Amino acid sequence: MQEIYSSTVPLLAVMVSLAAVPLIILSSRKPNLREFWTIAASVAKFGLVLSLLPGALQGRVASIRLFEIVPNVQLALKADAFGVFFALVASCLWIFTSFYSIGYVRGLDEHKQTRYFSYFAVCLSATIGIAFSANLVTFILFYEILTIATYPLIIHKETKVAIHAGRKYLAYTLTAGVFLIAAAAWTFQLNGNLDFVSGGLFQGHTLTAGTIVPLFFLFLIGVGVKASIMPLHSWLPTAMAAPTPVSALLHAVAVVKSGVFGVVRVVAFVFGPVLMRQFGLNIILMVFAGFTILVGSLLALKQDNLKRRLAYSTIAHLSYIVLGAGLVGSTALIGGMLHIAFHATMKITLFFCAGAIYVNLNRENISDLNGIGKVMPWTMGAFAVGSIGLSGIPPVNGFISKWYLGAGAIESGYVIFLVVLVLSGILNAAYFFPIVHRAFFRRGQGLKDHHEASPFLVVPLVLTAVLSVAFGIYPDLFFKFFKLTSRVAAGIFGGVL
Amino acid sequence: MMQNNAVALTPLIFLFAGIVIPLVAIKIRRLAYPVALLASLSAAAVSVYNLAAVLKAGTINYFFGGWLPPIGIEYVLDPLSAFMITVINNIAFIVLIHSGKIVEKEIPKHRIVPYYALVMLFLTGCNGIVMTGDLFNLYVFLEISSLSLYGIIAVGEKKAPVAAFRYLIMGTLGGGFYLLGVGFLYIFTGSLNMADVAGILSSLGAQPVVIVALSLMVLGLGIKMAIFPLHSWLPDAYTYAPSASSSIMAPIGVKIGAYGILRILFFVFGLKFVTQVFPITQVIAWLSAAAIIYGSIMAMAQDEMKRMLAYSSISQIGYIGLGIGLANPFGIIGAVLHVLNHGLMKACLFLVAGNFRIKLGHSKISEFDDTLRKKMPWTTTAFVVGALAMIGIPPTVGFFSKWYLALGTIQNKSWHFLAVILVSSLLNAVYFFRVIEKIFFKPLAERKKAQEDSPPGRMEVALSMLVPTLVFAAAILAFGLLNTILVKGILYKVLPPGLL
Repeated sequence: MQEIYSSTVPLLAVMVSLAAVPLIILSSRKPNLREFWTIAASVAKFGLVLSLLPGALQGRVASIRLFEIVPNVQLALKADAFGVFFALVASCLWIFTSFYSIGYVRGLDEHKQTRYFSYFAVCLSATIGIAFSANLVTFILFYEILTIATYPLIIHKETKVAIHAGRKYLAYTLTAGVFLIAAAAWTFQLNGNLDFVSGGLFQGHTLTAGTIVPLFFLFLIGVGVKASIMPLHSWLPTAMAAPTPVSALLHAVAVVKSGVFGVVRVVAFVFGPVLMRQFGLNIILMVFAGFTILVGSLLALKQDNLKRRLAYSTIAHLSYIVLGAGLVGSTALIGGMLHIAFHATMKITLFFCAGAIYVNLNRENISDLNGIGKVMPWTMGAFAVGSIGLSGIPPVNGFISKWYLGAGAIESGYVIFLVVLVLSGILNAAYFFPIVHRAFFRRGQGLKDHHEASPFLVVPLVLTAVLSVAFGIYPDLFFKFFKLTSRVAAGIFGGVL
Repeated sequence: MMQNNAVALTPLIFLFAGIVIPLVAIKIRRLAYPVALLASLSAAAVSVYNLAAVLKAGTINYFFGGWLPPIGIEYVLDPLSAFMITVINNIAFIVLIHSGKIVEKEIPKHRIVPYYALVMLFLTGCNGIVMTGDLFNLYVFLEISSLSLYGIIAVGEKKAPVAAFRYLIMGTLGGGFYLLGVGFLYIFTGSLNMADVAGILSSLGAQPVVIVALSLMVLGLGIKMAIFPLHSWLPDAYTYAPSASSSIMAPIGVKIGAYGILRILFFVFGLKFVTQVFPITQVIAWLSAAAIIYGSIMAMAQDEMKRMLAYSSISQIGYIGLGIGLANPFGIIGAVLHVLNHGLMKACLFLVAGNFRIKLGHSKISEFDDTLRKKMPWTTTAFVVGALAMIGIPPTVGFFSKWYLALGTIQNKSWHFLAVILVSSLLNAVYFFRVIEKIFFKPLAERKKAQEDSPPGRMEVALSMLVPTLVFAAAILAFGLLNTILVKGILYKVLPPGLL
């Protein structure tokens, strides 16, 4: 079914942005050259990941084993279909974010831009490393590097608020890290093998509930913090103190998606469907996810700060993906995985819009956004597209993933979660559409002499909005996301490839 | 019988240097440092050679003067002692390179020669303790290392003599307890050779005298190891000693006590005795767990960086003690690996503290600001690497210590100890990120004002200080990534009988 071949491409894909870091630092006095390295690395990374796509679609898995990192566990990368899927999303959106970042930091004349671009590159290396990790120790390695590399970006502004946000972020994510280490060490003692296996790595072991349930909670806390499952979520809104491109890429794509990626890895590749159902772990997961979806959406309603509203919306949408994993069914899992990609394109659009508004008009509260659609039509148009998508209305891609999640809920026999999804859609509309309404249909003040933001900002956000619509009409466009996720689900639940 | 004399060489090199330094430096004071450096370089080289020989050919026994035990004194170079010696001598050599400049600055001119002589004697003691196969000989070396340490500490700041005096009292008590234990054991078994005593004890079982002897010896060595609650001498000693002294004793000094306990528990009294007959390992594990938490919490409250590192050492010694106390393969591997790992981390961080002192004149955390990053970019980078290792972020060495110790706790189903290890890395994060924040970030408004006052210029330390610091930082990453080679190649072989 799967053919594994040795290849250095996954390693190169991880390393290419890390290799750019010294170049970025060395050219710190020549901003244009420095930004060239960022762009070059992002394009190279995307190209490398893309080159793995055809193989992944045919079940050919590129893998590389470097050396033994701890006895019996290799430092190993494996570009399986799920890994390639996530890496594609992250590396593709990094290109957009790179251009956007240039416009953003120059537009605001930010300090320490070299540090900013360096750590951004490190974060992307770590994210691709997470995507391609072949076992738990490798996963933890990159997961912790991501934690540390994100920290300087969150405190970038170095205000009191930002430093406080950084502390909170570290407190949450480092705690999660030690839970994950404990979980991995325990798994190692039980199993002796930490390689991710489609359908679970405990196959052939008889384990009692007294072992499995605590172990599952260790894992759940370990990956749940970055996935911001309630009540582990509160770092995320605070981390919005970071510059907007950081919020956009890291808090809508790389960091939080690494968290939900981890949730899916844990559910489908560590425990597997059989154990999940046998010990009722799926119920635990679904309850947390359902709670987070509803409460996250409700909390989003009352935020006036645009980025904070987006943050709570992100929390809710991440749990769509967790729910997709928790329903433990092929269709639901496809929906969840698709939502990793589709939520990313939509949410990054919205964050880009928030950043463009901030750079251009220096406004960040929703109540100040009256009438800005007239001066920034492209930006607010893209914002409208993202809002429609996140509410789950066709033809934007959010509809597709939600459709599969809903179908999956029925298939697995938990119709209640279909209700949760519908409710959440209504809440999404309730907290996004008023913004669009304000922007286009209310009279604004102090907007004379203001125009659309710089093309560096507007072009990326329009492109991501267009992508969102394109994926909504044809999900297999460019990247064959649908085929990829179907293959992952087939590997886990069995079935025809 | 031909003997390989290289085995006995390392303590003798240091002993010889300790005698030669005062002799040659009477006339030419400048010679003290090169002689010390040369001695430690050759000892480091010999220890690496010995380690390779032991790994190839197995344990080497060296009989002084050709007298066979139990009459003569025996040196035993098994994988454990060969590994320890290699760690000690190599770290000492790199630290000594760094010492050159800072000793001249911090220690009065007329005391430099005796200082180096004492350092050599201290290292003689350390080497001897690790290599000897004789219980009384271990006491002798213990006293050599302690007596020289008193001098090394006392030469520091104004409060250093008091700190040294406290250590003198505690250390003497420790030595006394140990000797008393050895005495009991000698009366009972009639032998002082470790292997011989081990053989006799294995046929005897749980006699009260043996239990008392074991308790006294562990108590004595526990003071040397600064295991909670016998640690009270350590913070002052590390803080007020000159930077060069704290840099050499922090990575090495207390490990010797830990080694002594490991050796006596598992190689003299035996696994069964210390875990089942008289489960002293349980006591050690609990005390170590307390040390881990106590040290970390105290470290948070410190403003002086060296004092913070001292409390952090108390906590890290707890890791080693906990590994010993778990008394299972992963625990012992974790403990022995942590001797190396903590040696690298603490050496790196104490050298950083020394670099701050020599350039800023202090190492007070509250007075650090973000100009430091500009002034000393490499030193601050080394600090970050050391700090991340202490927190246990992969791929630094700290993560792997944690990994093996976690496996050890899970194997014993000691969930409470697993929790302690994990909580402690979070506590480490609190007190290290406190410093990182100080060095790297500052609210914008304050910075603009500060920059107008004094624009920061580059003032990195001299290469002879910078390179050792960076070597340790690089080693933290390299030994982390390559730890499996060490563990599989060496540490699988250090496991005591009964655990293999």
